[in-house]
Amino acid sequence: MNTAAPSLADSNVEELRRQLRACLAPDCIIEDSESQRPYECDALTLYRDLPLAVVLPENVEQVQQVLQICHSLSVPVVARGAGTGLCAGAMPHPDGVLLSLSKLDRILDIDPLARTARVQPGVSNLSISEAVACHGLYYAPDPSSQIACSIGGNVSENSGGVHCLKYGLTVHNILALKVLTVAGEELTIGSQGLDSPGYDLMALFTGSEGLLGIVTEVTVRLLPAPEIARVVMAGFDSIDAAGDAVGAVIAAGIIPAGLEMMDRLAIQAAEDFAHAGYPREAAAILLCEMDGTHEEVDQHVDEVAQLFEQMGATSIAVSHDEAHRELLWKGRKCAFPAVGRIAPDYYCMDGTIPRGQVTYVLNEIHRLSEHYGLPVANVFHAGDGNLHPLILYDASDPLQIRRVEAFGSEILELSVRVGGCITGEHGVGVEKLGKMPSQFSAAELGQFEDIKYAFDPALNLNPGKGIPILKRCQEYRALPVRHQHD
Amino acid sequence: MTERSGLLDGDHSEAILAALRSAREQKSAVYIRAGGSKQHIIGRDCAATELDVSAHRGIVDYQPQELVIAARAGTPLSEIVTALAAENQCLPFEPPLFGGKATLGGTLACNLSGPGRPWRGSIRDMVLGVQMINGKCEQLNFGGKVMKNVAGYDVSRLQAGALGTLGVLTEISLKILPRPQKTLTLRYAMPADEAIETMNRCAGKPKPLSGAFWQDETLYLRLSGAASAVDSTALQWGGDTVENDEALWQELREQALPFFAGDEPLWRFSVQSSARLVADFGPMLIDWGGAQRWVRGDHARDQLNSAALDAGGHVSLFRGGDRESELQPPLNTAAQRLQQQLKKSFDPDGIVNPGRLYSWL
Repeated sequence: MNTAAPSLADSNVEELRRQLRACLAPDCIIEDSESQRPYECDALTLYRDLPLAVVLPENVEQVQQVLQICHSLSVPVVARGAGTGLCAGAMPHPDGVLLSLSKLDRILDIDPLARTARVQPGVSNLSISEAVACHGLYYAPDPSSQIACSIGGNVSENSGGVHCLKYGLTVHNILALKVLTVAGEELTIGSQGLDSPGYDLMALFTGSEGLLGIVTEVTVRLLPAPEIARVVMAGFDSIDAAGDAVGAVIAAGIIPAGLEMMDRLAIQAAEDFAHAGYPREAAAILLCEMDGTHEEVDQHVDEVAQLFEQMGATSIAVSHDEAHRELLWKGRKCAFPAVGRIAPDYYCMDGTIPRGQVTYVLNEIHRLSEHYGLPVANVFHAGDGNLHPLILYDASDPLQIRRVEAFGSEILELSVRVGGCITGEHGVGVEKLGKMPSQFSAAELGQFEDIKYAFDPALNLNPGKGIPILKRCQEYRALPVRHQHD
Repeated sequence: MTERSGLLDGDHSEAILAALRSAREQKSAVYIRAGGSKQHIIGRDCAATELDVSAHRGIVDYQPQELVIAARAGTPLSEIVTALAAENQCLPFEPPLFGGKATLGGTLACNLSGPGRPWRGSIRDMVLGVQMINGKCEQLNFGGKVMKNVAGYDVSRLQAGALGTLGVLTEISLKILPRPQKTLTLRYAMPADEAIETMNRCAGKPKPLSGAFWQDETLYLRLSGAASAVDSTALQWGGDTVENDEALWQELREQALPFFAGDEPLWRFSVQSSARLVADFGPMLIDWGGAQRWVRGDHARDQLNSAALDAGGHVSLFRGGDRESELQPPLNTAAQRLQQQLKKSFDPDGIVNPGRLYSWL
């Protein structure tokens, strides 16, 4: 994406480094390429690059200074949280600064009565829930990387997890942000109330992949921890039957806390890995979790188990205690590493589709799998239509890399064709930039571009990611060559 | 898919586009109007030529099992509510219907949500996609009909509260939810400060709370959900059960309670739910578990603003008063500049609803 990116003039690079050294401690700047290696990519390792410098500011003032320096020298800035992203959104820019926010990792304030917490962007998702557990509260969005992923990264990607249908995405669970603009100006958006005057910049910033500003503080909403959660696991002998059962739960007026589907290859890999008690012979399993008060959960667990039976489940298990519930989830939560054991590499896709299309889409994916000669294990947030096909391949084989990319691309186009989208929760980053025109028209992409210009006229924040910059190519050419994209 | 037959239903997006094009060519502006229920509330008066979009209405897609409905922006909410009720579903954000005049587009543009908002989300939280025509006269489609979509900026949600200043909304898709199996309301006599604390404490419990409001020294707590959970919680929490409670919440939602009557200015505080509002602005009605508070009368704007800031939020003149003045609180220079640049990115010539949100927007 930054193919035509000759280096900054050497004198500018020296000036950049000199100014960075003046505001940061020596151990907060990484300039040699060997030490930069851990920062060359995020969790999507297909895309790698090295920046001019990695900086790890220790406070907000230093973040501001770094931005001011980069702004004055017109140097690209790529923000990075914990590096668990799955779209190469945090891949460094070769002519830019990689801004790691990992040292801003303090929980600043917890207000149990108002049910909010004010945290720095480098705080891990899970540690928020751990810190507020003593008040009977928790932070609801739980991406599978929640042990490691940072809240700042969650905001930038609008992260989801397995509980989105009932509890929403990051955008539904945050109240306010402190951000720095590309020029280093401080801005507070959102409020301690449930809305704020003017345009809803919270909506715009959440999921903006570090293209509009740098998040330096997040106020999250906390929810009361449910009294109890129980899970019903059911096996089905066809994908169709499992898909129909999902529809039946919704039609019964039940909103499960989580509703997950796995297909045969995923079931078998997960079962071999976690010994969760999944039916290895099933074509698909559903994991349906209910949470709430004891009475409500008991009522809904009975209803769901009966429904699954009526819908032709070949096996049903209901968690009888917390340990059993965790075991039933363990297979699902380990699905990615479990699949990782049966192939050298896997490529995780992230399309979202209308739930009613699941059978058609999974059958199409199986057809494509045969066409490309690459096996696929499917893990599906069935409740909210978010599909994660894991394509198995060998990254040491260049031919397979090309095939896996083509296969992935076809899955995304398939998702759009059935009324869905190219990414449900992982983001566009570098990875899906080329797919944006399959979901959006030129005018829509142009509107995204104009929004980007409203916040970052020189295009220095995470350039080459998130939205393709097409329309103003002519104007672009007047800018330094470094700013060209695609 | 539910179909509604009606002579008025139809796709008038081409006519809307033509009207906008003509306005743009003539360098004139339009004021977007559908049901007219919010013409004199929430936003500033807008002197531009009226663009009536009420004919652009009708439900275009409703799939109960997908928990998604899509309708043209001019569709009256009452029509949507009726269609959903037939499938035992509802709009979880409980918008005011304003005598059947409120439309889907107007409700999103005003980001209007009722008493359940803190628990089941606002219309802003439920919007999945919008189709719109921006001020550049481009027909755009953002988001869609799926629950999760992080491709591109979230332009759909950005329309919530924008008061139509970014373009004309033409179609909106929303997440919907099943109607709760049972609803029950409890009543307690207590002063405001105790009510605020109680609302917040109750909201911190894992119980099926779905509404909390206070007026006339009385706190009302609504429970909704599985019958078993509602009944057991009511037993634990005590209080008097309110008869015919649906009417009470409807009057609150529709601003039909006596508190809202008359022409005196109506101010809306949107603040931290647990905040104490120290300054006295006369009788107050507290909704949204403490996060939305209403006061009446002529008050000094500075005093209101400073009280709202202390409470972690803001105050706006919802109805009445001087509607040519600024109704929203002032923003700092950097924030104001970004808002203006954002407006320009959608509507560079300022042809849609100029001045409706702020005089400078």
